[in-house]
Amino acid sequence: MSDTTTEGQVSRLPKFIQRADPAVATAFGCIILLLIVGSIYSPSFLSPEYLLQQLKVASFLGVIATGMMLVILLGQIDLSVPWAVATGAMMACAAAAYGPAGAVLAIPFGVACGVAIGLVNGIGVAYLRIPSMIITLATNAVAQGLMVVYTGGFSPQDSASDAMRYLATGFLLPGVPNAVIAWAIIGGAMVFALTRTAFGRAVYAIGNQERAAYLSGVNTRRVVMIAFAVSGGLSAFGGVLLAGYASKAAQSMGDAYLLPSIAAVVLGGTSILGGRGSYLGTVAGAILITLLQSILSVMQMPEAGRQITYGIVIVAMLLLYGRAPADR
Amino acid sequence: MEARPSDSAVPLFRMEGVSKRYGGVRALENAELTVHPGRIHAILGENGAGKSTLIKIMAGVVAPDEGRMTLEGKEVSFASPAAANQAGIACIFQELSLIPELSVADNIVISDPPKRFGMIDRKAQRRIAEAALARAGAEDIHPAALVKDLPLSRRQMVEIAKALARKPRILILDEATSALTAADVSKVFAVLRRLRSEGLALLYISHRMHEIAQLADECTVFRNGRNVATYKAGAKTDAEVVGLMIGREYHHIFPPRQEKVPDARPPVLECRNLGWTNRLRDISFGVKAGEVVGLGGLDGQGQRELLLAFFGVLRGVSGQVLIDGKPVTINSPADARSNRVGMALIPEDRKTEGLMLPMTVRDNLSFASLDRLGRIMGVIDRAEEQRLIDEMVRLLAIKTDGLGIPVGSLSGGNQQKVVIAKWLMRKPRIVLLNDPTRGIDVGTKQEMYQLLRRLADAGAAILFYSTDYDELIGCCDRVLVLYDGAVRRELVGAEITERALIASALNVNDPGTDRARETTA
Amino acid sequence: MKDWRYWLAEQRSALLAVGIFIFMFIIYVSNHQAGFSANVVQTSANKGVLLALVAMAQTLVVITAGIDLSAGMIFVLTNCLASWLVVGTAAETAFGVAVVLGTGLLCGAINGAIVIVGRMQPIVATIATGAVYFGLALLLRPFPGGSVNEDLADALTGRLFGVVPTSLVALVAVVLIIWVPFRRSVTGRAAYAAGSSEIAAYMSGMPIKRAKFVAYTLSGLLAAIGGLFLTFFTYTGEAAYASGNAYTLFSIAAVVLGGVSLFGGRGSAIGAIFGAFAFRTIGDLLFVFDFDPLWQPLFQGVVLLFAVSLVAFGLFRVRNRLEWFG
Repeated sequence: MSDTTTEGQVSRLPKFIQRADPAVATAFGCIILLLIVGSIYSPSFLSPEYLLQQLKVASFLGVIATGMMLVILLGQIDLSVPWAVATGAMMACAAAAYGPAGAVLAIPFGVACGVAIGLVNGIGVAYLRIPSMIITLATNAVAQGLMVVYTGGFSPQDSASDAMRYLATGFLLPGVPNAVIAWAIIGGAMVFALTRTAFGRAVYAIGNQERAAYLSGVNTRRVVMIAFAVSGGLSAFGGVLLAGYASKAAQSMGDAYLLPSIAAVVLGGTSILGGRGSYLGTVAGAILITLLQSILSVMQMPEAGRQITYGIVIVAMLLLYGRAPADR
Repeated sequence: MEARPSDSAVPLFRMEGVSKRYGGVRALENAELTVHPGRIHAILGENGAGKSTLIKIMAGVVAPDEGRMTLEGKEVSFASPAAANQAGIACIFQELSLIPELSVADNIVISDPPKRFGMIDRKAQRRIAEAALARAGAEDIHPAALVKDLPLSRRQMVEIAKALARKPRILILDEATSALTAADVSKVFAVLRRLRSEGLALLYISHRMHEIAQLADECTVFRNGRNVATYKAGAKTDAEVVGLMIGREYHHIFPPRQEKVPDARPPVLECRNLGWTNRLRDISFGVKAGEVVGLGGLDGQGQRELLLAFFGVLRGVSGQVLIDGKPVTINSPADARSNRVGMALIPEDRKTEGLMLPMTVRDNLSFASLDRLGRIMGVIDRAEEQRLIDEMVRLLAIKTDGLGIPVGSLSGGNQQKVVIAKWLMRKPRIVLLNDPTRGIDVGTKQEMYQLLRRLADAGAAILFYSTDYDELIGCCDRVLVLYDGAVRRELVGAEITERALIASALNVNDPGTDRARETTA
Repeated sequence: MKDWRYWLAEQRSALLAVGIFIFMFIIYVSNHQAGFSANVVQTSANKGVLLALVAMAQTLVVITAGIDLSAGMIFVLTNCLASWLVVGTAAETAFGVAVVLGTGLLCGAINGAIVIVGRMQPIVATIATGAVYFGLALLLRPFPGGSVNEDLADALTGRLFGVVPTSLVALVAVVLIIWVPFRRSVTGRAAYAAGSSEIAAYMSGMPIKRAKFVAYTLSGLLAAIGGLFLTFFTYTGEAAYASGNAYTLFSIAAVVLGGVSLFGGRGSAIGAIFGAFAFRTIGDLLFVFDFDPLWQPLFQGVVLLFAVSLVAFGLFRVRNRLEWFG
């Protein structure tokens, strides 16, 4: 019964650099188009300062979308992103308030909290086989509850540590924001993991045909659990960067990243059904979304218009690339 | 013997010159069948003889390539199962078609529920369901019970009631008694006899010879997609019937078997009193190094479950599995492939269980060996990967336009070679094969037989399930014939004949073989 | 006698929700300073009815083995729309109500069309449409405001004969007008069948696509009725992102508590309604026990996590591990 469907998909390969992948090419084409449109609107659009600034903003989304991509490659989804981001940010800031030791441990602690959220998701999906959409919604609610109790419902007062600020806003290499370097390192690690390690192969294999991966003797449940933990950790790290950027954490700072992170992955040609997609596409997706946001705000498009635009863009891209197989 | 209408009765349904091909395979060739009202007509044949294609055509599930069908003398063709239903043909398939979360009554009226003011009339529905259940002799089933709460045998009775509620003129039962208890079987038989006396035509497909002897008025034997004989029930002995079913054309050449040197070592793979739910019963046997042991029997008698039980996929398996004489616990395929066990399973369906079709040939070939290729942090040693892949591509002569193309773009035979290669890369000591040559071209089959023998000669223990008796005869040193989840018979060496395989698969005594080793009654 | 037992078995999970609700509600009112008064009941009913309506909307989709993550956003959008339109004379108000309900139907139909015709995963499709619906709500009400026909609002949120909360009566009416006919129709049965075993339903020739489309569309309508009631309670429209998300989330919790299977095919809107009331009461329990209301989101989150983990119990029955992979 799956004969025709799977054979219809075979033309796209899970390879890092697949220049022929129409979705990645389309995403890059859209980026160029946006830059052209933007430069007509305002000539400063093509200036190096503006582009680097956009790249920096994109790196926050890029880090979060990296984790989301890993989960989507498995054919799952992570809806706990909003409060994993906020938890990472708040916990890192909270740790930073505990003297010098706290300042040192701030970033690892924030990330560890995200990993913990991801582990709950992963155990639920892999071992209890709860649909990922449901369990991640639930852990999102729990994380939110914990943070509301912790902060007392107000904006948290702790501020980011110097290391966090440096990571998000500093320049290790002249001209290149540290956040971009962080994204590049994480992205590089992800590309390496996806293409050169047994874990990466297993991720693609599970996304394509979990049954076959399991019967090949791979511990598919552990792979799924790890992927969710990584996603939680990366969301929290994204939160750490955002807190460093804004100097402190905020209650609903993660809400603005759920939809864009899914959109970045999907616009980059990763199949929402799993098993197919390249990291290059996700990079393109993150930049595309950031530019889109930037242009919409330059055009003074209100929040409403941005939401509508996202929704429509996602549906349109999915209709092009992410459709389920046709009926019998 | 009950009274039977005279043979001059007008046929209700006729099928003439019907053929059906699937790809290059002939499933049905110029088949003929005449169905009379008020008779029970049994259809016999071994695996792949064309029985299921025949009923699928009658039930409107598949369309024939050529030939004509007439109902009461008028030519008919069915575009869908619903169309066949309209014409009065109801079919009870082996795979259950009930909806588990709905009630028995909901299921019985599912295709045409009674309506009042546009809504389903539950009282009328209840009445219809009760009547249908009574007609099926299953008054003990409550119409309000949910189907998922019923045991398999009761569900089968609901299936029968559901078919009867459509008021069919022809009722087709495909292995309808396979899930039933003995008490149910006699009830169903009484129902079928009553339906016959009401003038229904019944088409009864079964592999249980004694049931057919009890029930049928006439029988048709199929072989290689053709009807080879139609006779009055009781006119032929079991031995004669088996004789009609055999006689397939041989077109494979099998590698020679080596003389077995007696081997005092314990079997590489052994099981004692293996059981699982009601699908595997008290199975004990061993496979020695260098041996190819076949699993025979009709499809679905527990062969697949037996292989899955060995491979650690099933939960709650009772009994013992021993490797090299030592008891082991295998709880997952990961355990099964580990060095201490060294097992490989070539699964049944390569598209969903063997391969990741959209992934490349390379990724698929090395996928089961990545634990060995990636020692530090799972980073794959690509040079070693390439070396192993090249070795396998050469060994199995896999034809591909490169390793970077999706495995789904290879031919079926080459896809199957990739599945086998991915496991041979681990150099397994035990190889389990689940019907590996299904849907594969003749040339590749030939290569596979050679390969099996080479593996065995190199010291592997091989357990080989095949639905093709020809293969079992040609490849195996021993064959275990399964029937209803138990080993019915063990055939060794020259005993492995088509006659013996079919007779034991059908669970009938075969006078043609002297040394019949009965293990179940 | 036996029929009664089968009915009980079928309704067991719904009855469990009823039980939980009654138990919680008794604890709630016995610890409430005001005790069991018509006022307390009315307030509880009004809060519960909102979630119950969204939970019913969710139920319809979940039965087909889908999910609607835009339910909360349709609820918010229709609230904003109602704060513009459901005003003025009786005729104008009636027209407003019709437009609001029509909008809900349209939103549901769009979801259904994208999922069925577009063959998209319900999760992502409804997240995306949810963003669009929220965006539209924000366009309508960039800031909280607006008004509603207060006569109608008071009539529907007050008490009938001084005792029975009108909102409950309205909820019963919605059940009778929308849920019962759906449940008893061939389409409704096909929706259940599609959720339970799509292949078997297909083999039986059931109208699967139509059933799913109707389920999504009616789901939009129910969410819109919820949005309308929200307007009646608050007299204003507000495009609150957090509130929309919370309603989506809580509707899933209510559905699970009410015994509706997230894998489709099992459960009823009645169960989901009681699940919603139970969930609301659990949240309010903290309040009467003088807990800091700050704990409420955490408490609700834990209840939700616990409820979805119940799904995993079926896992212990699986004898063939390949069944894990569907």
